[in-house]
Order: sequence, then structure tokens, then C-alpha cells
Amino acid sequence: MNNGTSPLQIALAWGFVGIPLLWGVYKTLSASLVLFQ
Amino acid sequence: MSFLDRERTVAKPGFSRWMVPPAALCIHLCIGQAYAFSVFNLPMSKLIGIKESAPGDWKLTELGWIFSIAIVFLGLSAALFGRWVEEGGPRKAMFTAGLCWTVGFLVSAAGVYTHQLWVVYLGYGVIGGIGLGIGYISPVSTLIRWFPDRPGMATGMAIMGFGGGAFIASPLSVWLMGQFSTPTHIGVAETFITLGVIYLCFTWVGAAIVRVPAPDWKPEGYVAPVAAQKLISNNDVYVYDALKTPQFWLIWWVLCLNVTAGIGVLGQASAMSQEMFPGRVTAASAAGFVGLISLFNMLGRFFWASTSDLIGRKNTYFCFFAIGTVLYILVPHTGNMGSVTLFVLCFLVILSMYGGGFATVPAYLKDMFGTRYVGAIHGMLLTAWAAAGVFGPVLVNYIREYQINNGVPKHDAYDTTMYIMAGLLVIGFICNACIKAVHERHHMKAEDGALASGARG
Repeated sequence: MNNGTSPLQIALAWGFVGIPLLWGVYKTLSASLVLFQ
Repeated sequence: MSFLDRERTVAKPGFSRWMVPPAALCIHLCIGQAYAFSVFNLPMSKLIGIKESAPGDWKLTELGWIFSIAIVFLGLSAALFGRWVEEGGPRKAMFTAGLCWTVGFLVSAAGVYTHQLWVVYLGYGVIGGIGLGIGYISPVSTLIRWFPDRPGMATGMAIMGFGGGAFIASPLSVWLMGQFSTPTHIGVAETFITLGVIYLCFTWVGAAIVRVPAPDWKPEGYVAPVAAQKLISNNDVYVYDALKTPQFWLIWWVLCLNVTAGIGVLGQASAMSQEMFPGRVTAASAAGFVGLISLFNMLGRFFWASTSDLIGRKNTYFCFFAIGTVLYILVPHTGNMGSVTLFVLCFLVILSMYGGGFATVPAYLKDMFGTRYVGAIHGMLLTAWAAAGVFGPVLVNYIREYQINNGVPKHDAYDTTMYIMAGLLVIGFICNACIKAVHERHHMKAEDGALASGARG
């Protein structure tokens, strides 16, 4: 039995935290644009 | 043996260490919500009046205590439970932190339903605050063990999540309140319940993923330095012995002063930008400014902690204090020059170093006191954060008020505060310069290690 971590598992784990974080950063940057208008 | 026990989390051969940072981010992104708690303040001050505050509604000053209590309990619980976290392992700690965090939200929801503010203080402030403290330190030592070649970068990634949690929580909370609110009801309690359930799922996924390396594990190709470098020890110091060293207290002051300088500005950034540039920075653009400095607070955690792996922890803090001093002195001049761009740039760099201070300190402790009790020692050090959480806002708010009461125009009222902040950073620079390697009499002996293992078992 292979106990190793597959690249898919690593991608899923990073996606699980990365997607919500990127969404939050996008929302913040969109709101920040007012500063430069 | 329980699923939560440390022994059950030991990684099998072939486990990738790149699974551990996302596990750590699962918890830090959740507890980072604390930075966005202010989005609830205004809605919670209108729970009875709905459109505006009515008699019997909670005041903003009373609501401000919820966050303060949470930060105090963060510091206290990190100090009290640090050794338990270290010996019980990251999974048990992350599971417990997630549970406390969620129970905190549920109890707060009950407080909002019954309109009992003390229940919200107990829920979010005390129970949630304990979850914050345990959660904050839970993955730190595990990451340092997985990344002995890049400890700064590894802890920087996790602590970056704490800064980033607010980016998710803020828009999510506003959206949820919009969904649950009606013309006769503000959906704060329902939002608390929903957030609590989401955070429980996230933290427990992190707890399931996290692993500790086997005792003899090393990254491929990594050779540990045989001889200790000047400021990087190969020896461990027992958690309570660390408190007896001058190095611990010097680092305590280094963190406290760095945080004091940033935290007061973070809380007053919106008002400060509008008052220093009246008519040019509107409320909407000030909100954009706050979002931008929060982003740099987050990015600085990763950037500076990773940089510290290259230039050393002491030099990184020298950068924070030297650059910070110059920028704080420069800020009043940006007001006089009327340069919004320069003002914004100064604060983006200052706040990146505020975040960087948090993220670099675990690796600094690891260099000084070894890896064995770094999580517990880090927990003790977080009392510096709790203290700075009081000093910083008090300095900024009260000095501004004093200046205005003495006839200083609003746009000049921050000048003295900025110079005081610069002075604090000079003291921080001196404290950092005084840090030398820990004396060998504090190092753990082989028999101390055996005793500690026995106590764990």
C-alpha cells in the first residue's frame, strides 16, 4: 500500500484554503480601487 | 489511543510536508475573523431600533469591549495552554481551538437573541478568545519541525492566514447579514451561527490533515548545521527556563513595541486619513485605504518572515525598527506636503512590518530556544500582543484627543503621536541590539529531555 501524498491531494488542500483567500483579496482590492479614483 | 493523540498524527514515509501549511491555514484563516469583528459593531448597536439606535440598544463603546476581551483571552490562553498544546500535539489543539471558536459564536448568538451583552462577552470574548489563543499557536512548532530549512517562511505562511482571515470574514459576514435581515430584524445571531458552523468544518479539516514529522525525519538533501551559528542554537531550552533568560524578555519588548506602533494606527487609519487630508480623502476612499493596509499587513507576514530566513531574524527586526522610525517621522510631513500617495505608501510599508513582526517571531524564538518548546514559549510571548493591544490604541486616541482639546487643528493632531511611535521603535531597536545567544546553563540536558518525555506519556 502506498502511503505517499499525491499531487492531487496537495492541490486540493491548497485549493481548499487558497480559493476563499483569493476571493477575499479580490473583494478587498475591488473596494480599495475607490482610493485611486 | 484516540484519533486526536499526538502519536496518531506522526506522518508515514512519503507524506508531503506541503500538506501542513494548508492545514495550518485552515485554522488561521478562521480565527483571523477576529480582525473583521468590527463589521458587527454597527448592526449590533441597532438590534432594537433596527434603523438607528434606540434606548436600550447597546452602545458602540460597550461593543468595543468584545474584541478587547477576546484579545486579552488570546494572550492568556496562549500563555496558559502553550505547554499542553506542545505536548498534546497539533491535532488535539486544532480540534479544541475549533470547538471553542464555534461554541464562542453559538453562545454569542444566544446573547444577541436574548439581548444580554454579558453573554456575548462570555461567548466571543472569553470562550472564543481561548479558541483564538490555542488556535494561533497550535500549528507553529509543527511547521518549524517540518521546515527546518525555512522556518520563517513556514510560520509566515500560517500567520499570514491570520491576517487574511478578515478578508474572507468581512464580505462574508456582510453578505450573510443581508440574507438573514428583514425590515423588522437584523440577522446578526443567524450570521454568528452560520459562521460558527463554517469555521468548525474548516478547523476540523485542518486538524484531520495535520501531521507531525517522525523524530528522525529530515527534508530531502537537508543537512542540519553541526556547529551552532552565533544566534541560532542547536540546543533546546525548557519552557519555564526560557522565562528566566533576558533574551525572552528582550524579544517580548521587541514584539510589544513593534505591535504597539502598528496596532494603534490600524484601528485609527480611516479617521486619520480623512482628518489629515480633509476634503481629499472621503469616507469611501478611507475604507479602501483600510482594506489596502490590511492587505499589506497580510502580505508582509509572508514576505518578511521568508526574508528572515535569508538575512537572519535579528537583522529583519533591525529593518522593522530603522525603516519604521524613518517612516513615522515622515508621515507628518506627508500631511504638510499634501501628498496622499506618499502618506499611503508610508503606511503600507509600516503595516507590512507590523505583520512581519508577528510572523518572524516564532522563528526568532526557535533560533534562541530550540524547537522542542517553541510553541509553548511563543504562547507566553503573546502576552506582549495583549499588552500592545492596550498601549497602541490608548496612545493614538488619547494623545489625539489631548491635542485637539488644546487647540491643535485636526489635521496636525497626529504629529506628536507619530513622533512618539518613532521613539518607541528606537527603544525596540536598542532591545533588539541587546539580544545575544542564550547562555548554555539554560540548555536542556539529556536527562531533562527524558523527564519531559515521561511527563508527556
